[in-house]
Amino acid sequence: MGIFDIFLLEAVVNGLLLGGVLALLALGLNLIFGVIDVVWICYAELVMIGMYAVYYLHNVFGWPLWLAMPLAVVAVALLGAALHQFVIRPVLAAEPINQLLVTGGVLFFLQAVATLAFGVDFRNVGVSLPGLSLGGMHLSFARLIAFGAALASMVGVYLFLTRTFLGTAIRAISQDRAIMPLMGVNANRIFLITSALGGGLAGLASCLLVLQYDIHPAIGLTFGPITFLICVLGGLGNLVGGFIAAFIFAQFISVGGFFLQLEWGYVIAFLFFIAMMFWRPQGILGGK
Amino acid sequence: MALPWRWIALAALAAAPLTGMGGYPLHLMIMTLLWAFVYTGWAIMGRLGMVSLGHGAFLGIGAYTVVMGWNLFHLSPWIGTLVALAGAAVVAVLIGYPCFRFKIVGHYFALVTLALSEVTRLIIVALRDTTGGSLGVTPLTALANARGSLPALQFSSKLVWFYIILAFWLGGLWVWTRVDRSMARLALEAISQEEEAAASVGMNVTRLKLGVTLVSALLTCLGGVLYAQYQLYVNPETVSGIGISLQMVFGAIAGGMFVRLGPTVGAAFTLLLGEGLRLAFGNEIHGLDTTIYGLMLVLFIIFMPKGILGAAQAAWARRRAVAMPRAAARS
Repeated sequence: MGIFDIFLLEAVVNGLLLGGVLALLALGLNLIFGVIDVVWICYAELVMIGMYAVYYLHNVFGWPLWLAMPLAVVAVALLGAALHQFVIRPVLAAEPINQLLVTGGVLFFLQAVATLAFGVDFRNVGVSLPGLSLGGMHLSFARLIAFGAALASMVGVYLFLTRTFLGTAIRAISQDRAIMPLMGVNANRIFLITSALGGGLAGLASCLLVLQYDIHPAIGLTFGPITFLICVLGGLGNLVGGFIAAFIFAQFISVGGFFLQLEWGYVIAFLFFIAMMFWRPQGILGGK
Repeated sequence: MALPWRWIALAALAAAPLTGMGGYPLHLMIMTLLWAFVYTGWAIMGRLGMVSLGHGAFLGIGAYTVVMGWNLFHLSPWIGTLVALAGAAVVAVLIGYPCFRFKIVGHYFALVTLALSEVTRLIIVALRDTTGGSLGVTPLTALANARGSLPALQFSSKLVWFYIILAFWLGGLWVWTRVDRSMARLALEAISQEEEAAASVGMNVTRLKLGVTLVSALLTCLGGVLYAQYQLYVNPETVSGIGISLQMVFGAIAGGMFVRLGPTVGAAFTLLLGEGLRLAFGNEIHGLDTTIYGLMLVLFIIFMPKGILGAAQAAWARRRAVAMPRAAARS
């Protein structure tokens, strides 16, 4: 049983940990799609901006991480709200595909702005967390933190959506966008709050990713496509589906990368996605 | 309007390089026509409600098949092109048939095809031992002691490439017109409006969509071949993946994807804008040109969703609608 060794187990566990972060990324995008019916192609670029925010606050201005990270989350949340107000709102009545493309333009814009402002150098916050040895497996402490924080924030979002008045309003509007304004809900306010919330989740993800990855203007392209595919696989707008799909994808990437190469892990994950679309085009948990 | 303006413009375009313009303007004209050909190919299906973000896959198949065939097996690009076209057709059917059969439309179609273009890019990168990975690859030169080689489809003269690509561009416009005037176009427009209703009056939705997708994919694949043979260098980022796929969509939309020359105007506009910004700001301020470019794309889609040519035509139609009754009253 040569291949079922400790390294494979390590790959599986690492896939599980990666799944937590991917699930967090998918949650924000899904929330926005479910409520506003718009796919933010530039979602991962918000994450990139958040990573730079942490880097600059911590490494350049010398703020402690516990202060820099929440500020980065707030900054990206504001960016999300601004994105809705200035870019999405004018095209809300336009063809759906124009809404998709306008955020594609934002993708180019944010990447270029990051290049302009920060240069193309790879940067690292330089926080090295100790590794963890568990039964012969070497696990990264940063990944464990990321996994834990991702799960905690997902529980937080779930409680917010189900236990608060605002959360209920958000869920209501995602179920019927036409009727809710007639019930006295200010749709645009809900959209803005959701965009800020989605941006905040991107900001949170950037705080977790900044511990594991170098920052450069094109880092968004590493996470962007995979996040969309997770959301589609789970059923666009379906929060639980996205959660499950994130873990499936992460296993493909991690274990596939273990047996072959990292790119092949992605290739297998993407081909699996295409095959799944034909079997269940509405997503693994999506209804007709 | 007695003069055949269309033919005069075409003759002027064809004669332009003979005025002895420099290599750089000629290169820009060639690239504009090349991308115009590719964007036109994309718009053939894009205008009918099938917005594909996967055309990077077909471009990549075209470019890499000929270069790899030539480098590894000494396969002439003429045969390589046939192989590439066959490959693109197979991929188009493999993706298209299930998509159309299971009614994957809108966002879902865009994202499934996006996965396709990423798969192509990742496969090229992953096969780095043969494809050169992210560094790209150069076809073995046949120009060592010749100005050009027909079997290798390599020519050192830009003039030759100008006329080759001009011919392909005209061919692309011809195909666009053929599709535009076909019954299939009317059927597909109905389908893009209301798929169920169209199916209920007996339209074979899957077949119609698949046909147009094949035409579009094959044109894009040819564009990839031309790109590789003209540039004599291909790179997975420039011929496949999300970046180039979005660029095609933007080019077609910026010019106006519902008008025949729209994608061409879009190609000229995006290329000249990119080059102009690059020249204006130089390479010192890295990223300023793409910042403005991205901003303009956003503004375009918000304020001019029909594109440059589409908006111009609409304005022209309005003016005529106002002018006509007056002219009638005068006579």
